[in-house]
Amino acid sequence: MSDYLPVLILAIAALGFAIAPLALAWLWAKKFSPKKPGRDKNAIYECGLESKGDAWIQFRSEYYLYAIIFLIFDVETIFLLPFAVAFTGLSAFGFIEMMIFIFLLVAGLIWACMKGVLTWK
Amino acid sequence: MDEGLRSELQKQGVFTTTLEDLYNWGRKNSVWPLGFGLACCAIEMIAASMSRWDLARFGAEVFRPSPRQADLMIVAGTVTKKMAPQVVRLYNQMPEPKYVIAMGACAISGGPFKQGYNVLKGIDRFIPVDVHIPGCPPRPEALLHAFMTLQEKIDQQQLTGEGRARHLNADKPGEFPVPEFGEHNLEPPNNPAVWKAPKLARP
Repeated sequence: MSDYLPVLILAIAALGFAIAPLALAWLWAKKFSPKKPGRDKNAIYECGLESKGDAWIQFRSEYYLYAIIFLIFDVETIFLLPFAVAFTGLSAFGFIEMMIFIFLLVAGLIWACMKGVLTWK
Repeated sequence: MDEGLRSELQKQGVFTTTLEDLYNWGRKNSVWPLGFGLACCAIEMIAASMSRWDLARFGAEVFRPSPRQADLMIVAGTVTKKMAPQVVRLYNQMPEPKYVIAMGACAISGGPFKQGYNVLKGIDRFIPVDVHIPGCPPRPEALLHAFMTLQEKIDQQQLTGEGRARHLNADKPGEFPVPEFGEHNLEPPNNPAVWKAPKLARP
């Protein structure tokens, strides 16, 4: 335990090093600098312009479609590559399993295609 | 402490200072300007901050993108009447202590656009300017000189007493009224607490 005493001392010194300037600045401000809050100073900062409206607005969550399409191709690539490498040594059961997996992803792609995600507007 | 004793001690290798001097010394060597250019003078300001003129020598190379972190506003360029409210608002949003350098003919007086309908005839009509630099545009050396002048000014500010710096005086304002962009002019056209129209004596 006593081996760690220098570490503890160093930790306390480091903490003091970080806290002391902040504490000094705080004490200095208490003693000398009066607080001067105001309408502009407390306002939300926006390049000198007055901020308009509320920050709590609703976002259209249509981006999830792109995330799903990405996932289809991404996951497909990850599994297709080892599948192609190990193709000759694969049993019939493994092959059918892989086909089911690909069918599920293709079904997702067909769904996206029917939803009109793939057409560029 | 009187000067004689101080210099006597200094000869003996004892350096004495006051809290006020130490405070101002720290302050004047860490003036962070607001990254804020309005027109062509801003190019000279940028040049001054780059390696050739090297504003970093004065501890002022940290151009802050937010008024919340800035100490100094360099009004570099023409202040149009449409821009003036934003300039004043940015000044208000800066924390005390804050200083202003009006850089160039436009910022101090309207410059070549003084007779124009849409240019403010000097930013000192709305906010207190510490250093004015003439020139169209002033060279980076002129900005450095303004910086050194500002540093001298900061160095001489008092910590206590009647003549103490504005940011230490609770009675003095930290915010200045923001003008409105009116139909014909800014409303009000100037801040009477900061600027008064000079009386013209006609013979």
